[in-house]
Amino acid sequence: MSTAAPPASQFDIQEETGGSIGAAAREYWTRVKGGDMGSLPAIIGVVVLVAIFGIMEGETFLSKGNFANLINQGAAIMVLAMGLVFVLLLGEIDLSAGFAAGMGAAILATTLTEKGWAWPVALLAALATGVAIGFAIALLVARLGIPSFVVTLAFFLGLQGAMLLIIGEGGTIPIRDDAILSVMNDNMPVVLGWLFGLIVIAGFAAATLMRIRSRRKEGLPTEAMSVWAVKVGALAAVVLIAVWLLNQERQRETAIITIQGIPWVVPLVAALVVGLAFVLSRTAFGRHIYAVGGNAEAARRAGINVPNIKTACFVICTTLAIVAGVLIASRDNSVSPTTGGAQTLLYAVGAAVIGGTSLFGGRGRVYDAVTGGLVVAVIANGLPLVTQQSGTQFIVNGVVLLVAASVDAISRRRAAATGR
Amino acid sequence: MTATETSPQGQPVLSLRKVDKSFGAVHVLRAVDLDAYPGKVTALVGDNGAGKSTLIKAVAGIHPFDGGEMFWEGEKVEVHGPKQANALGIEIVYQDLALCDNLDVVHNMFLGREVKGGITLNETEMEKRAGETLRGLSVRTLRSLRQQVSSLSGGQRQTVAIARAVLWNSKLVILDEPTAALGVAQTEQVLNLVRRLADNGLAVILITHNMNDVFQVADNIACLYLGQMAAQVDAKEVSHGQVVELITAGRSGDMGLKPEVAAANVGGEA
Repeated sequence: MSTAAPPASQFDIQEETGGSIGAAAREYWTRVKGGDMGSLPAIIGVVVLVAIFGIMEGETFLSKGNFANLINQGAAIMVLAMGLVFVLLLGEIDLSAGFAAGMGAAILATTLTEKGWAWPVALLAALATGVAIGFAIALLVARLGIPSFVVTLAFFLGLQGAMLLIIGEGGTIPIRDDAILSVMNDNMPVVLGWLFGLIVIAGFAAATLMRIRSRRKEGLPTEAMSVWAVKVGALAAVVLIAVWLLNQERQRETAIITIQGIPWVVPLVAALVVGLAFVLSRTAFGRHIYAVGGNAEAARRAGINVPNIKTACFVICTTLAIVAGVLIASRDNSVSPTTGGAQTLLYAVGAAVIGGTSLFGGRGRVYDAVTGGLVVAVIANGLPLVTQQSGTQFIVNGVVLLVAASVDAISRRRAAATGR
Repeated sequence: MTATETSPQGQPVLSLRKVDKSFGAVHVLRAVDLDAYPGKVTALVGDNGAGKSTLIKAVAGIHPFDGGEMFWEGEKVEVHGPKQANALGIEIVYQDLALCDNLDVVHNMFLGREVKGGITLNETEMEKRAGETLRGLSVRTLRSLRQQVSSLSGGQRQTVAIARAVLWNSKLVILDEPTAALGVAQTEQVLNLVRRLADNGLAVILITHNMNDVFQVADNIACLYLGQMAAQVDAKEVSHGQVVELITAGRSGDMGLKPEVAAANVGGEA
């Protein structure tokens, strides 16, 4: 701030190289206090909830089989939440995503079972529907300027109706296609599971190391190698424990067939996370999404085509909703008018927000959908064990969503107060 | 009085000659002349409604002039859009800065013009160039280039917005009231930066209401009075009071518009 300092020394943009783990931890704590909590609430949420359900219903909740269950329950919510992250980043909302998922499932089921199409064709038809729905919503929101809340509320009703017409009132369409069913119902061989875990760890370590290397080479500040080692170590621990748990025999001891291994949906979700995170954080397109969410006028003046970015985000959201719908159909082995729908949407919005995506736009990551999805899955899985009353369950879900939104609002206020 | 009489500084980067601009029946700019020289800060002053914003928006290509000529490095040019103005080397820092709070300093500086390697962003290259630019401006108030803009003070934000403008080998930087919302220390900081831009060889046009700012950094003062250029004068040759008279009455002693012209304008506007 001073003008007296000699005009030659002047560049003390701090070099962050060589910081110790302690320094990194302090830096992180300052950020958290300043309102930038990242995925901390979600991680705390998972730990607390697992502890509560573990104490109350330990035998069922902490059983080997339930962990795989949990993942199957969470997968569709996570995928739907990933799609919603793109829309939430813009500061918009897609209320129709739940029924878009149901619509995708319905189209998949009718084309597979009633029309007898091959599964890739049926899947493509469902995905194409998602793209079309996304374009329609975006046309009304981005070009015509109708608030997304209203547009997607209309689609919420419309898609629900379309789904009923396709499936028929009260009807249920079974799915018998092995490829589609295996996603949620089959597991990777044990050896392949370990290999998958190791690839994930090695991939993360290599990618982050390469980034540090290239920054070092250019003389830019980087995080300390010790911090890198701790991060890789933490990820390795989580992945290896998860793989070990899933590779346990889940069948009762008397049964003849064995059930063990990572469900096939896990690598699918992992691939989606890596791919979408790459788009959001490493491409100009992803950068522009954040810019539009942060300050649409600034983005426009910087030459970014704001309506195009919005359109792309809505299309990505509804397309991922279709993928989520396919996962739900695969898990349920059938599609009914209640597939997807409002409950799934609420869970997914909750997942995105609990994970740390802001409802006000501009802040959020794809990983948030996974950590938040885990919290929601733990609730969806554990709560029915504790109480059978659906009334209580609805109330708890409502409270959780409110808590998540409050965390978002409070962190925003803190951020404003501390100038972050 | 035209600018040529007070321009011993060589060839101007930008010269406007007798430019006009009307919005419907309202004649906002009348036969305005303006010169901006490399290495010089030209303060553009004038009361509210004098046409300052219209003038710079026309230079930026947001709405073109109706008449008159614009010369860029001696060549006659016509600017029809912001991109064209950027291509010439004209950058404008608007009053609201147009920064994205949720992005860091580097991302803001390269917003819309990202450096790419294949399909991915070349973050290291961008961070390096952003660092070099800030270093070139002797900026020493940023903690990290990876800081989010929301965590910056008003003066720091202004710095980032200005640094973004000079990143692109620009030749003329136009600043719209850069100190309007800043405290004393931060105003000082930004004015020093403005001076440094000029010292690095850029032409700077500084729009401001603050006479202290004008006399602290400007080499040249251009006074707009009700859409006419009252005078473009050397800052050393005028006093504070004379500039205020030029702004409020269009003339001061033998400087500025002829009395009957200035009076006619007042009548016309009323």
